[in-house]
Amino acid sequence: MKTCLERLYNGLIKENPTFVLTLGMCPTLAVTTSAFNGLGMGLSTMVVLALSNLLISALRKVIPDKVRIPAYIVIVASLVTVVGLLMEAYVPGLYASLGIYIDLIVVNCIILGRAEAYASKNKMLPSLFDGIGMGLGFTVALTLIGMVREFFGNASIFGFTGPEVYGTTIPVLLVEIVNKIFNPDSASAFVRGLNSFFAGEFSSYSPIGILIMAPGAFFVLAILTAIQNAIKMKGEAKGKDMSKIQSGCSSDCLNCSDSGCSHRLIQPDKVVKKAKEPVKEVKEAETVATEEAGKEEK
Amino acid sequence: MNGSYILNLIVIAITSSLVSNVVLSQFLGLCPFLGVSKKVKTASGMGAAVIFVITLSSLVAGVIYKFILTPLHATYLKTIVFILIIAALVQFVELFLKKFVKPLYEALGVYLPLITTNCAVLGVAINNVNYGYDILTGVVNGFATSVGFALAIIILAGIREKMEYNDIPKPFRGMPIVLVTAGLMAIAFCGFAGLI
Repeated sequence: MKTCLERLYNGLIKENPTFVLTLGMCPTLAVTTSAFNGLGMGLSTMVVLALSNLLISALRKVIPDKVRIPAYIVIVASLVTVVGLLMEAYVPGLYASLGIYIDLIVVNCIILGRAEAYASKNKMLPSLFDGIGMGLGFTVALTLIGMVREFFGNASIFGFTGPEVYGTTIPVLLVEIVNKIFNPDSASAFVRGLNSFFAGEFSSYSPIGILIMAPGAFFVLAILTAIQNAIKMKGEAKGKDMSKIQSGCSSDCLNCSDSGCSHRLIQPDKVVKKAKEPVKEVKEAETVATEEAGKEEK
Repeated sequence: MNGSYILNLIVIAITSSLVSNVVLSQFLGLCPFLGVSKKVKTASGMGAAVIFVITLSSLVAGVIYKFILTPLHATYLKTIVFILIIAALVQFVELFLKKFVKPLYEALGVYLPLITTNCAVLGVAINNVNYGYDILTGVVNGFATSVGFALAIIILAGIREKMEYNDIPKPFRGMPIVLVTAGLMAIAFCGFAGLI
């Protein structure tokens, strides 16, 4: 049970697939135009990930090593088809707005990466929880990015528009909190003040529409990776091991499981005391290409 | 094969190569777009390989969908079938080129395995089916989409070569500045929306 909880924590925080490992960028950029879409995509990926981890772990002694990647792809593709059909039947609206990205869960690096790095080497229950943890981490990340983009780009959160959010939900929550801490009088006065502030401040707020369009996705991700880089540089200056933080996978979604992204996840407990080459990490994504260029020139 | 059919093909070609560019507005094939765009030479090699594979795979996937899956009423299996077709096709093409067309293999060979499970390849095959394109339209759509990919990756590589010696704020070095560049390119490509 302890390993299971550890896997959940690992997927949510320590090795969050989006914020730490930067895996599966195609859906992250494409569907986070609103918080609801992000949530839907995250949950459907989680279902596929948890089930595929379970199945692959159950079959890990049956599948021959040489054909494991095609076998994994067949398993994942079948699960994606099942999830897609279920979504089409029960949540047609969400299915329509996510569109082709549901089918493309098959080639999401997170799924094959986890299959390769964890499920093919571990027992069924921890693998299931690893899938759930990673999936939850992905869901939380997509929902957060979706919320930020929707808030600035459309002035709404989960489809609730401006006045609803500023006028009711947030102040009501605050009333509860202030009520608990102080007395009711100051709470209502506080909320009145807050309400008038938001009404005045945001009545003329016009959203930055570009954030929910395609270019906005790139900008949001650019800022995210810049924050990652900054955290990483700080950590490295203090001598911590920051090798888990990545900036995008290498040139191809499938092979990133053994070349770029997750090969180091196989031994997560191995702690390297001091990072020897501080800035090289970022360039890893390009090494494949440059190596090939070198080969070509020879 | 009348006039309106050809006009339709042209509109589809412009739409999928420029207006809704595969990387810059649909976010498919982002990994190679960011990973293999450091030099114009490698980027153009990758672009050529992608054009080759996507055009071929949309032809094969279209044929298999029409003549095998549809008569068998098994169209819901399209994701599984397409990904296997694409993986097998890329392997086959690689072997074929290695044996018979040496110069082309030397030019594209190293990039072929990289795009086996590129989401753009699968995405085009599925899009062709979802939009109900016939085989020829599908091939034209695949070709135009991949030309759009090649265009985007070569432009990005050109910008990155120029950017190499610029003084960029430290946290933005590496991936973030490339993403900002891609975002600006996406804004530029939004301008093509007026074309159709």
